[in-house]
Amino acid sequence: MPERIELAQNAAGRMVPSMVNGKPQIPYIGVGKYQPRGRKQAPPVRSSKDYPENGDKRVSDLETALRNCGLRDGMTISNHHHLRDGDKVALMALEASARIGVKDLLWFPSASFPSQKSAIDLMEKGVIHHIEGSMNGPLGDYCTQGKMRGMGVLRSHGGRWQAIQDGEVHVDVAVIAAPTADFFGNADGSHGKSACGSLGFALADSMYADHVIVVTDNLVPFPCIPWQIQGNNVDYVVEVESIGDPAKIVSGTTQITRSPDRLRIAEFVASFLREAGIMKNGFSFQAGAGGIALAFVQYLKAMMKEDGVKARFVRGGSTKFLVELLNEGLTDYILDGQTFDLAGVQSIGSDPRHVSTSPFTSYNYHGKGNFASMVDAVVLGATEVDVNFNGNVVTHSDGRLLHGIGGWQNCLASGCTILAVPSFRDRIPVIVDEVTTLTGPGELIDVIVTERGIAINPRRQDLIDATKGSKLPIRPLQDIKAEVERICGGKPARPKLTDNPVAVVKWVDGTVLDTVWQIS
Amino acid sequence: MSTSAEPVRAAEAGHWGKDIRSDLHVALEPRDRGGLEIALESRVDLYYGDSIRAQARQVLDALGVKHARVNIHDEGALPFVISARLETAAKRAGLVSDQKALPDAVPLPRPSAKDRLRRSRLYLPGTEPKYSINAGLHGPDAIILDLEDSVHHAEKDAARILVRNTLRAVDFGACERMVRINQLPLGLQDLVEIIPESPDLILIPKVEYAEQLAEVDRMISELKVRYQINRPIWLMPILESALGIENAAAIAASSSNVAALTIGLEDYTADLGVAKTPEGRESLYARSKLVHAAKAVDVQAIDSVFGDVGDMDGLRRWGENSRAMGFEGMGCIHPSQIRVIHEAFAPTQTEIDKALKVVAAFDEAQQKGLGVVSLGSKMIDPPVVNRAQKLVARARQMGKA
Repeated sequence: MPERIELAQNAAGRMVPSMVNGKPQIPYIGVGKYQPRGRKQAPPVRSSKDYPENGDKRVSDLETALRNCGLRDGMTISNHHHLRDGDKVALMALEASARIGVKDLLWFPSASFPSQKSAIDLMEKGVIHHIEGSMNGPLGDYCTQGKMRGMGVLRSHGGRWQAIQDGEVHVDVAVIAAPTADFFGNADGSHGKSACGSLGFALADSMYADHVIVVTDNLVPFPCIPWQIQGNNVDYVVEVESIGDPAKIVSGTTQITRSPDRLRIAEFVASFLREAGIMKNGFSFQAGAGGIALAFVQYLKAMMKEDGVKARFVRGGSTKFLVELLNEGLTDYILDGQTFDLAGVQSIGSDPRHVSTSPFTSYNYHGKGNFASMVDAVVLGATEVDVNFNGNVVTHSDGRLLHGIGGWQNCLASGCTILAVPSFRDRIPVIVDEVTTLTGPGELIDVIVTERGIAINPRRQDLIDATKGSKLPIRPLQDIKAEVERICGGKPARPKLTDNPVAVVKWVDGTVLDTVWQIS
Repeated sequence: MSTSAEPVRAAEAGHWGKDIRSDLHVALEPRDRGGLEIALESRVDLYYGDSIRAQARQVLDALGVKHARVNIHDEGALPFVISARLETAAKRAGLVSDQKALPDAVPLPRPSAKDRLRRSRLYLPGTEPKYSINAGLHGPDAIILDLEDSVHHAEKDAARILVRNTLRAVDFGACERMVRINQLPLGLQDLVEIIPESPDLILIPKVEYAEQLAEVDRMISELKVRYQINRPIWLMPILESALGIENAAAIAASSSNVAALTIGLEDYTADLGVAKTPEGRESLYARSKLVHAAKAVDVQAIDSVFGDVGDMDGLRRWGENSRAMGFEGMGCIHPSQIRVIHEAFAPTQTEIDKALKVVAAFDEAQQKGLGVVSLGSKMIDPPVVNRAQKLVARARQMGKA
């Protein structure tokens, strides 16, 4: 039986647990309100005396490495998702932990993927106590059905850095998958048979974890150049046959959506940036690898060429479409958080203008600024938006976990945040009275673009003025919502959820923004 | 309770499965007693399950179906689709003859003018609801709900009911609402179902004689009287054979309701026994003849479709060539073709500028009471003025002048 959990109402009106996995929580108090004054965490001081003078930190296998790191019951072990659904290292590390008899681990991945569904068995066997990291597919279902022993904690990429740095999560052992590494532990992601691009998601763990293990299938003689992960932070290096399935690490080609409705949305987004005067020389934007976002880049590219406009930088997830912008002189730089296709990987490995970034440089809210707020426009998706422009990206309307937060929350800091969404999916309206799970506060969401029209947040009078008189189909959000409800035959019923919290959504500052409830 | 001469039987309608969207499958088993037993599986059950069950009951009540077991697999269908599939299943089961279960109607758009812009007409298969729902958003001049070639012969009854409901319940914005009926005589049955919903234009396939058109025209007139429809329903015969092309002039002149002639090149080239090419040399004569026949009675000549959705350059070339031959539009099979077609059929800025000058010169001459119009040192003949006026009018319709 789950113990009785006390709830508090936060500034967004959401009921959130005041304790999560035995740790007291601060409910969300508003955008930019929570500013802790403590000091950052730090790993223990080490001496070179304890590491081989010749730099060779190799051990025979992961079990030895984990044993040497002192992995014990109840500790926190972390992994990273730069190999995406092709990753083999996370399960390798968890299974090795099981073999050495360790129980009740907190698994702290930067994101989990469907191919890691056997983590469920490890939870059933007691090896993993709970997961703090994005969960979807079978793992998401396991969590929302209330089967996980602890509570899930969903953090943005920036929020994960913040949590490590601020000491909310203490990583005992970080296991980092490295497409290329040397025996000292220097590691890089842009070369090797399992090349994936940036290793930025693992950077915080490499700096703050008590112990760091690098696992590679492409050991090169010292020095591994470049070294995004510095060997000076690494305890052990393990060589394995394969760290992942290259076919699932990066896609050979990234597909632009063919759906006419989605293309229409993408074109509206690009036209909006042009009409609002955001698309101008020296501007910057970020778009992900979803079908709409990719199509948006193509439309924007054509408009940039027509108007003779060049960007100073664009932010990835990089794909061949961003690489084309770079190669055609339409942007000076790509600042890349993760790399989605082969063209992206080749470019980041060979073009100095295509730069790896990390959640620290891009997203960490508890730093001396970050890049996200310097980006002029960002194009994001959402599963739901509500009439107050609040966004949900983690659950579907039925309350089941669907996506991780990724960089989504962090990106809301951009100059113009655009959610590009179809107005309904399978009869289910996307614009609702109140989002199922609040992931992004409406005050940070500026524009919602659907195939039926564009709604500008009334808080952004500047954008309303800038696009006045344009041919864009700008309409009140309520209008689009009413039209969709007419088409769909009325408002959808609200699914009934239980009052048992199974996960929390953290805001970028570590406060609790909302709760994911067990589904009934 | 059966109103049909045929015995009642179990029947199905619609589609379901992992890849099906916006449709549903209904399996209906008539019973002698026990009322309506409705079982539903739906991917939107949590949100609309109760609504779907209530709608099913309401539709079956309206159709007079009192006792049946009904299994519904729903893939997120909208209400007008749900009604159509239930009605189709009930009719196939022999439980219903003439009753209809009509969905809520959206307001009718303004009646369409005979000479309105018809640059693009987007084909929508009559049995695939997912394509029609947002079709109007993509801005073709017309949409065509197709009952003919895109519909398997076993699905003709289902398509007719779905197209009827689509005409009634879907807002196509400023698009002209066209329906392509089946070849006669089946097409006459289509008319009975769809004319009450006031389509703006009927495409009649494989027309070869003026008499065929007269038959359709007569039937529509009768139905318009019966259903008190007081707005035009235009005709666009599709000529798809050598014989049809030879009779083009008579067909064009057969009714004042003919707004345009068009050609179906797949069937036409098959009839000739030649290959259809992207350049269209093999159909040059037929298309020229069709343009002449249309212009002779002052109706529009509309070209066939361009089948390669991936080849935008080919489409543009085809469209520009088409316009140069005298066509005013063509069909499209994917929304991505619409913009290219509109660009191809638009007069160029140079043409517009020149025409505007001619029209201005004509207006000036009229004001001054001059019989002769001149532009600079050149005298402008009346046909040039006429052409310029037409071009300017069209350009204005396209928002270009």
